[in-house]
Amino acid sequence: MTSVTENIPVDNEPQAPELLGPRALMWRKFRRHRIAYFSLWIVGIIYFIALFGDFVAPQAHDERNRRAIFAPPQGIHFIVEEEDGSRHFQIHARRLQMEIDRATMRRTYEEDPNDIIPLGFFVEGHEYDLLWMIPSNTHLFGPVDADDHVYFFGSDRLGRDILSRIIIGTKISMSIGLVGVAISLIVGVTLGGISGYYGGWIDNIIQRLIEFIRSIPTIPLWMGLAAAIPLDWPPLRTYFVVTIIVSMIGWTSLAREVRGKFLSLRNEDFITAARLDGLTDWQVIRKHMVPSFSSHIIASLTLAVPLMILAETSLSFLGIGLQPPIVSWGTLLKEAQNIRTIIEAPWLLIAPGTMIVIAVLALNFLGDGLRDAADPHAH
Amino acid sequence: MLGFLLRRLLYMIPTVFLVSVVTFIIIQLPPGDYLDTLAAEMSDSGGLDEGTMQALTEQYGLGQPIYVQYYKWMSGILLDGNFGISFERNLPVNDLIWDRLGWTFTISILTLLFIWAVALPIGIYSAVRKYSVGDYAATFFGFIGLAVPNFLLALVMMYVAFKYFGQSVGGLVSPEYLEEPWSWEKFVDLLKHIWMPIVVVGTSGAAALIRIMRANLLDELYRPYVVTARAKGMSEFQLLLRYPVRVALNPFVSTIGWILPTLVSGEIIVAVVMNLPTTGPLLLRALLVQDMYLAGSLILIVSLLTVLGTLISDLLLAWIDPRIRYQ
Repeated sequence: MTSVTENIPVDNEPQAPELLGPRALMWRKFRRHRIAYFSLWIVGIIYFIALFGDFVAPQAHDERNRRAIFAPPQGIHFIVEEEDGSRHFQIHARRLQMEIDRATMRRTYEEDPNDIIPLGFFVEGHEYDLLWMIPSNTHLFGPVDADDHVYFFGSDRLGRDILSRIIIGTKISMSIGLVGVAISLIVGVTLGGISGYYGGWIDNIIQRLIEFIRSIPTIPLWMGLAAAIPLDWPPLRTYFVVTIIVSMIGWTSLAREVRGKFLSLRNEDFITAARLDGLTDWQVIRKHMVPSFSSHIIASLTLAVPLMILAETSLSFLGIGLQPPIVSWGTLLKEAQNIRTIIEAPWLLIAPGTMIVIAVLALNFLGDGLRDAADPHAH
Repeated sequence: MLGFLLRRLLYMIPTVFLVSVVTFIIIQLPPGDYLDTLAAEMSDSGGLDEGTMQALTEQYGLGQPIYVQYYKWMSGILLDGNFGISFERNLPVNDLIWDRLGWTFTISILTLLFIWAVALPIGIYSAVRKYSVGDYAATFFGFIGLAVPNFLLALVMMYVAFKYFGQSVGGLVSPEYLEEPWSWEKFVDLLKHIWMPIVVVGTSGAAALIRIMRANLLDELYRPYVVTARAKGMSEFQLLLRYPVRVALNPFVSTIGWILPTLVSGEIIVAVVMNLPTTGPLLLRALLVQDMYLAGSLILIVSLLTVLGTLISDLLLAWIDPRIRYQ
């Protein structure tokens, strides 16, 4: 066969159109959605930070510093001016001078332009295990001298670096979204599939259950469940219980969607044909039904992740979700709970808040883009 | 319509029953009960009153099987309207909750009105002027509204109001009016405060409704009946309001059903941040100290009222749209 194709003069033939599979078509459509494509990168970076948090963080997240309590964010400067007037390039921050006003017991900080802290990439700092196994002490960015402290996003009431804490918190906050969505996926697809495939009384019961769950306000319910978690539980167990609590609501919309798809597919010709070919129910579902709506499921899952992140944040903020030794965006915001703290140290609110908004926005745009790309009828 | 009403009311019975069971399970979840705490406190202070303990144990069936406790709790509520007592404050739950529930639902309903007032015109505008600057602004606002958690927005607004406008924040009235009887000045002061929780709670709902209204209306705007009406020479504004908006309004109304639970949820969490005299702070406190009858009653009533609100919105929809009644 190959010899025949070689003999055909290619030049005179019109180019055969490039054949693209459904996945390639979807990818092409997705890339045309600029914001969604951009968000994919943002989400990728956030998950990179979550995985390699210890490497990205300039300081140990639990290192306290009594001389930098509520230190304001420090800027990064590039040009150093020597005493003789010559200038050269050196990334640096300026050391903070603290003054305590004895009368009001307020600390004020001032940057000292003559006392610089040189900064650099791939510097040595505190020890950690990369990906929980490779011991290392290299950090992406930070002060060249490991004994210096720089607070790019300010510090909290114990003098801990907010930036490092946000980076470490990414691990918990982003993974709660993923684990929660995995739980929702299992429950939602199972119940939605049963409901849509078999119909009848079992469909009716599952639908009533979903309606019931959706009609009660979630926060009081979550608060009740979360408050029942004993405070002396180990952090890992608390983490999983909180995840299960936040995923309790997420599965309902997924189950509805799966049910709708099953209902509309059940009477399609290709499904009837597969059944007449003697495939079992399970084979029909696995080989023919699931592939035809899996892209929709992925899109809805992406849209469910931000909801779970927000739920965890809200619970931890109220003090009934994750508890302080665990660092998550919610427990960080808990530090900014009253207006007096916010007035004194606005960065406690602004830095983690911005991070949450960016993550949630990016995931939302990504999910929207995926949904549009997965829908062949979208215009 | 009567058949529809009856059917919906019948559906409510299992829902209400489930709500009460779930609530009861939740308040039973923490190990131990308040009587243990109370006994420990009383013996610390020296005066452990056996008689009181006995009476309390008897009244609530504590220590008995869980279904007996449930039965005692429910029959107290259903027969006498007695929600039990708040162990922490030693007051009947009835004395504590109704004021606060009233405020929670006042704020929730005002928020619903706010959402409608904002979402309807903006939704119509961004559908009619698709891809205009205003439409993009509305879309942007919509995404921000969905991405910012309620409590974060509350904190930011409190910060801005305090720092740049010097307004006292937190609470529903200024401190000097707290103990005053109602007067015109107090009412004005209330208005100065109450807009903030309403805007905070309403933002995400408004953002979602703008998207829905825009999508609904876009489906209708290019239908042949609109072209026909335009060909008749109707003015564009009249045409818009009389036909496509009316059709697009139906799915809009049906969203109250799911928006009400989220509003109540949002109100509770915002109330904790802003220290409003509503259900939120009371519920959080009750849950933290395991004041179970207080917490349970609050969750139960809030959930029931929400279910009721959903029912009303369903009936409203059926009244507007005959297709739903005859399904």
